[in-house]
Formats: sequence, C-alpha cells, structure tokens
Amino acid sequence: MSRIVKQKYEMPLQPVEERIRNFEEVALGYDEETAIAETKRCLECKKPKCVEGCPVEVPIPQFISLIKKGGFEGAISVIKSKNSLPAICGRVCPQETQCEQRCVLARNCEPVAIGRLERFVADYELKNKQNKTSGELVSDKKSKKVAVVGSGPAGLTAAGDLAKMGYDVTVFEALHVAGGVLMYGIPEFRLPKEIVQREIGNIKKLGVEIKTNYVIGKMDTIDELLETGYDAVFIGTGAGLPYFLNVPGENLNGIYSANEFLTRVNLMKAYRFPEYLTPVKVGKRVAVIGAGNVAMDAARTAVRLGAEEVYIVYRRTEKEMPARREEIEHAKEEGVKFVLLTSPVEFHGDENGNVTSMTCIKYELSEPDESGRRRPVAIEGSEHEIKVDNVIMALGQGPNPLIAKTTKGLELSKRGNIVADENTCATSKQGVFAGGDIVTGAATVILAMGAGKKAARAIDEYLTNKCNSN
Amino acid sequence: MYTIVKKEVLSEAVFLFDIKAPKIAAKAKAGQFLILRLNEKGERIPLTIADSDSKKGTITTIFQVVGRTTRDMSKLNEGDEILDVVGPLGEPSEIEKYGRVVCVGGGVGIAPIYPIARALKECGNEVIGIIGARSKEFLFWEDKMAKVSDRLIVCTDDGSYGQKGFVTQAIEQVAKEEKIDCLWAIGPMPMMKAVANTTKPLGIKTIVSLNPIMLDGTGMCGACRVSIAGETRFACIDGPEFDAHKVDFDLAMKRLAYYREEERQADSSANCKCGGAGICHA
Ligand SMILES: Cc1cc2nc3c(=O)[nH]c(=O)nc-3n(C[C@H](O)[C@H](O)[C@H](O)COP(=O)(O)OP(=O)(O)OC[C@H]3O[C@@H](n4cnc5c(N)ncnc54)[C@H](O)[C@@H]3O)c2cc1C
Ligand SMILES: Cc1cc2nc3c(=O)[nH]c(=O)nc-3n(C[C@H](O)[C@H](O)[C@H](O)COP(=O)(O)OP(=O)(O)OC[C@H]3O[C@@H](n4cnc5c(N)ncnc54)[C@H](O)[C@@H]3O)c2cc1C
Ligand code: SF4
Ligand code: SF4
Ligand code: FES
Repeated sequence: MSRIVKQKYEMPLQPVEERIRNFEEVALGYDEETAIAETKRCLECKKPKCVEGCPVEVPIPQFISLIKKGGFEGAISVIKSKNSLPAICGRVCPQETQCEQRCVLARNCEPVAIGRLERFVADYELKNKQNKTSGELVSDKKSKKVAVVGSGPAGLTAAGDLAKMGYDVTVFEALHVAGGVLMYGIPEFRLPKEIVQREIGNIKKLGVEIKTNYVIGKMDTIDELLETGYDAVFIGTGAGLPYFLNVPGENLNGIYSANEFLTRVNLMKAYRFPEYLTPVKVGKRVAVIGAGNVAMDAARTAVRLGAEEVYIVYRRTEKEMPARREEIEHAKEEGVKFVLLTSPVEFHGDENGNVTSMTCIKYELSEPDESGRRRPVAIEGSEHEIKVDNVIMALGQGPNPLIAKTTKGLELSKRGNIVADENTCATSKQGVFAGGDIVTGAATVILAMGAGKKAARAIDEYLTNKCNSN
Repeated sequence: MYTIVKKEVLSEAVFLFDIKAPKIAAKAKAGQFLILRLNEKGERIPLTIADSDSKKGTITTIFQVVGRTTRDMSKLNEGDEILDVVGPLGEPSEIEKYGRVVCVGGGVGIAPIYPIARALKECGNEVIGIIGARSKEFLFWEDKMAKVSDRLIVCTDDGSYGQKGFVTQAIEQVAKEEKIDCLWAIGPMPMMKAVANTTKPLGIKTIVSLNPIMLDGTGMCGACRVSIAGETRFACIDGPEFDAHKVDFDLAMKRLAYYREEERQADSSANCKCGGAGICHA
C-alpha cells in the first residue's frame, strides 16, 4: 500500500487581504481533482468510527467511495438518505468534534476531510441539477395536517421529512424570510444565503407551504393551531433570546447583542447601506465578548465593516474556546486580537450615551474542580480600562418566551427550554413535539436537523396510531 | 403582500393607511403594534395598530413622516402593496375597570391612544381624553376621541386651536378637579417624560407606550431594550407599555438618537439624483 498522505488536502481560501474587504465566501471548496485525491486517504473502514461521530449517521465511507469513482450523483443520494441539507452541514458542522474526530486516521495524522467532501458533492449537485427535487419520491398523500413552528434547520428538516411521508405541512415563521439562524445569524462569508434559499426551495417543491411574518403565540397560539385543523405541531423556535452581562452601562449606544449586529448585517444587508436601508454602526475599536462561533462571526463581520481593531474578550484561555478551530484560525488570520482571561465589569459612555470604554478585570484559571473543569477566578485589583467604540455581546442565547407564555400544559426546564423526549421529541402536551435549540439550548445545525428527523418519524407514528384508534 | 385599501392625509405630515391583513385584524388588541417592510431593500419599522376591523379584514395605522421609510410610505397610494407586515406584536394594554381614567395623546400619539380610550370606555370607565399638538394642523381624530371620551380637552402649544398650552397643564387642571385612578400617555418621548414628571408628585398611576428602535419585534435582538426601575427589559415583548414612573427616559431618548447620521444619509439618498447611492452625502 502506498504511503498515507498525512494531511488533508488544503482548502483553497480567498486571500486574506481580499476577503477582509468583502462578504463573499472565504472557503472556496475543493475542485474535482482535489476531492478525488482526498478520498484516497480514506481507508473505507468496515466498522467506520466516523459514522458514530455523526449525529445523523451519514454513511461516510460509502459516499466517499462513490466520489472516488467519480459517482458524484450517487454520492449525494447516499448522503441525502440521512442528511437533507448537505451543502449547509458540509460548511458549518463542527466536524472536529464529530465525524472527523472519530476517523481512525485522526490518531496519527489529520482525519479525512469528510466535511469538505460532503460540501464538494452537495455543491456539485447544486451546480449541475438546479431544478431537481432531492430525488426521493413523495409517498401517497395523507389526509392529516401538521404545523411546524420556526423555519430553522430543525423546522425545515421536520417539514421536509413529513412532506415526503405525504403529510400536508405548513411552516410558520416569525421573520420575513425562512431559514432561522442560517439566514439571520451565520454570515454570508461562511454560508452563502443563496445556498440556504435553494435548499428551502427544494423543501417547498415537496409541497410544504411556508408562511412568513407569522408569529405563533401572537397570531395563533399552539392550541389554536390544534383546534383549527392541524393534527400535530412541531415547535422548532430555536434559542433566540440574547443574554447580556447585567453590568452597569450595558444599555449604552454602540453595545449590541450579537443577534442584533448579525441580523442587521445578514438579514437586513446593512453592509450594503444605504442601498439597503437598515444601518449598522461600526467604529474603530470593537470588542466582542465571548469566544463561540457566534463571537467569531461577529468579530469577522466587524473586520469586514472596516473596524481597525477587533478584540475577542474571553474569560478563559484559547483551549476552552467553544468556537470551531477553523473559525478561530480564520479570525486570527484576519487580524482579530484575542484578549484572554479578561472580562468587562462596567461600560462607560460620553454625553450622548455612546460607549467609549470598558473596565475589565483579569482572571486566572483555578485547579480543576470535581467536574474536571478549570473555573476562571477574578484577580483582585486587576481592573483596567479598554477603549472601545462598539461592544458586541456574544454570551449565548436562551429560549424565547413567546410560545411558553401562551401555551398551557407545556412543561419547561428551569432555564425555560421546552422539555421533550430525546427519542421522539414528544412534549408534555399531546400532539405537540419540539426539537432543536428550543429544547437543547444553543447547539448545532446538525443536532437541530437530527431532532427534526426524529420528530417527523414520531409524528408519523403518532398520527398513524391516532388514525387507527379512531 | 399587503394591500393599502385606504389612504387619508390627516395633517401636514401625518397619514392614515388601512391595510388589508385579515389575520392581524382578527387578533389585534389595543396597545399592540405591527412591523412592516415596504420592499426588498426596506427597513423594518414598528407602527401602532390604531384600529382594526375584523369584518373588513383591515388594520389602521397612522404615521408621521420623520425619515426615509415613512417618507417613502407617504408616497404610496390606495391599491399599492406593502411587502411585509407582521403583528400583532407586544403585550396588549391592561384594560380593566379602574374608575376614572385619563387618556393623553400628543401629536401622532393621538392614533395609538384612541383604541386604548375606546377599550377603557367599553369596559365601563369614565374616560377623560386629552389630545394636544404643536398647532392646529397637527391635530386629527378629535371627533373619534370625543366619541369615546366623557369629556375631551384639546390643546395646542401655540393656541391656534383649543386651549393654549401643553398636555401636562391640562393634566394638572383635571387633577385639581377630580381624582384620577389611572392615566395613559402616548406621544413623543419628551412629552411622555414631562407627563411622568407631572403625575409622579400627584401620585397618579401612569402608563406610557415606549417607541425604541426595533428590528425583529419578537425578543431576538435586544435593540429595543429599555431600563425599567433599573432593570433591562425588551420593549417588543415585555412592553411597549410600562409604568411611566419607572422608565429611564433619558436613556431611551439617547438610544433613539444613535443612528441619526445614518438616518439623514438614507433620507437624502432618496432625493439625490447623482447615482452615488447616498455615499456622496457621507
Ligand atoms: C451566529 C451563529 C453562528 C453559528 N454557527 C454555527 C456553526 O458554525 N455550526 C453549527 O453547527 N451551528 C452553528 N450555530 C448554531 C446553529 O445555527 C443553531 O444551533 C441552529 O440554527 C438551531 O436550529 P433551530 O432550528 O433549532 O433554530 P433556529 O435556527 O434558531 O430557527 C428558529 C426559527 O424559529 C423562528 N421563531 C421563533 N419563535 C417563533 C414564533 N413564536 N413563531 C414563529 N416563528 C418563530 C425564528 O425566527 C427562527 O427563524 C450558530 C449560531 C449562531 C447564532
Ligand atoms: C412600538 C412602536 C410603535 C410606534 N407607533 C408609531 C405610530 O403609530 N405612528 C408613527 O408615526 N410612529 C410610530 N412609531 C415610530 C416609528 O417606528 C418611527 O417613526 C419610524 O421607525 C421612523 O422610520 P423612518 O425611516 O421614517 O425614519 P428614521 O430615519 O428611522 O428616523 C427619523 C427620526 O425618527 C426617530 N426615530 C427612529 N426610530 C424611531 C422610533 N422607533 N420611534 C420614534 N422615533 C424614531 C429618529 O431618532 C430620527 O430622529 C412607533 C415606534 C414603536 C417602537
Ligand atoms: S453531517 Fe456533519 S457530522 Fe455528519 S458527516 Fe456530514 S459533516 Fe460530518
Ligand atoms: S473512519 Fe476515517 S478512514 Fe475510516 S471510513 Fe471513516 S473517514 Fe474513512
Ligand atoms: S426588537 Fe428585537 S428584541 Fe425587541
């Protein structure tokens, strides 16, 4: 056997000097030749560990083997048997903690670039057969109706799967476009919105109706949906409520939640102001508080909007950062500075109420506690000032209370998340299922999709039984 | 798409639209608002639902031209369409039997105070209406307010109509004569602040409807945050109505002014013919 290539074939990227001035996609994708070369690194294991790391169990060696033989269309069908949004997952899945982490190669060298290969075939399909539906046949029409609340990855997946089973599905979305975080949160340069819209188009082709500008809890309650002809409801409303630090000065102008900042830029296209009418203000120095994917997205967006200095301010060290490795690397390449073991305790402003600086304190990490985690401990007397024109809070999000407040008999966790069965997504309320970030708290696209899939299966079972017992 | 079925010019810069939106019309309650986006490139702006007719399936909204979006909107006519309308948003007013209530509307705030006054009246309250504006041209809906008020006081800053003076003076005048059980005030932020300062020493429970900058209107962005008794609240889901005596008005006014430069730029780019997409004005 020839020697194994130790590293993944490199992903071609837009050069740093160019990409910090535009919103186009940073990672350009493998070409055919590179993709095929990469597939040769895969050992096509009989008991593939990689599949165990994928929350939806994509048959990884099978699709890789097909790519190797040039069977791109076959490869995409194999992926789509488990994952209906491969162009999205190939781009944004945290592969290093999922499929690729388990790859046998990862023990001695770099794992197979599973995500990049998945993206490669998905893009191939999008380019070459734009108008085909995902290939699966829709089964016979059933007489039952299902309402899906929220059009993020959880809702879209549930809707697509239920439509394929023959159900009459309506998706209700509060915003003016469908897609959830994929549209308003994750930036264009990481996930082009055109790709998201094409996937949504495919779901519509299955017969799913998407009603935008429709806030459940205001226009209709969950109970009203059940009373007015829907036989089951899936709630996939995500974790949309932004957290703040609750420290003095936090409501000064120029302090945004990451949601506000990213929504202005992505959903409302503020980067094209004044052609698009929603403004966003970015000064010379921008501090992003937090170090997850959301924080990296906000920081890299601020770079592109012309900020001269962008800081990631984080209470722990680089090792604990929850963001994907790749995003951290890209942020560094783009000039984002990391201010670690630091957190703000107060914000100060000028006479117009615009933020001008923040008082921060330094932290050190304690010895690991029982849970093995090293907690940050404030260092006394370490107060210092950092000058800022904008602050972006990327501290995580909680569940929006609109549905909880208006739905009787829906069990909630202490944090306000909906309690649902892990396998069936069933809630405490009959006929109501829930999944994605609204149940788990802020997590990942693929987990939300996985929940949507499970829910679709459970809803089918529930409605079939209901039908038989009638 | 949401069709404009009626357009009325109420005063110099104030317009009324009836918009076809049956689902919203069926659900809207006094105190709630909508968010609209005129077209693909438009901003999402919040406006109060000033009235609704569930039979005709229409909602009424009244807006004052203050910037680009409201200016573009004022140029639309009956039969034209608005791309997105979402609502009803926010918590409805707490309508119950208080006894004697005063409903104060200042300027374009007359529009949102009307459905509240009407609901309070229907609930069996004695309603004293106070409406005011800078001058006569800015007044509207005197007849509608008169119908739902047991007594209506009209005032203008310059005395061009009704009694001369601010709404705060009218409030003091009423308070001297009668016991007020609850008071609602809606209008520009400085007016609501002045009302709060007037009623606080008099011990009158006062409710105002705050109008911060909003984006989604569903609790997702935090742009609309206001400080109520020192605590941060989101006006779109916790409000827009709050206890006036607990509101940090100075903060709210500063937050409203954050985008002033950009707003000017957006507005002038609408009238500029140079093709610079507004950048020429930067
Ligand atoms: C900036 C950012 C970057 C991220 N990066 C990554 C990444 O790289 N990789 C990854 O795997 N994950 C990432 N995530 C996390 C991932 O996007 C989420 O876990 C995922 O989108 C959750 O999906 P969901 O379907 O549960 O909810 P969401 O995507 O949040 O969608 C919920 C939808 O429901 C709608 N809604 C809410 N309430 C109502 C209502 N009452 N009525 C009607 N509609 C309603 C919302 O408007 C929204 O459209 C990121 C998240 C953010 C914010
Ligand atoms: C819950 C709510 C209900 C509202 N109801 C009404 C209504 O019934 N009728 C009406 O005319 N207006 C109402 N407003 C205000 C309305 O949303 C703004 O006037 C509108 O967004 C201005 O948009 P623009 O593009 O025309 O002007 P912009 O260019 O955005 O702003 C121009 C000027 O208006 C100020 N401004 C910006 N946003 C707001 C705001 N949200 N509130 C007040 N002033 C603002 C700016 O500081 C600036 O001075 C309401 C606001 C809220 C939050
Ligand atoms: S869906 Fe995500 S986790 Fe699963 S194989 Fe694809 S990239 Fe890996
Ligand atoms: S574990 Fe790695 S080498 Fe084995 S099949 Fe999966 S991707 Fe290929
Ligand atoms: S407008 Fe976004 S949270 Fe209120």
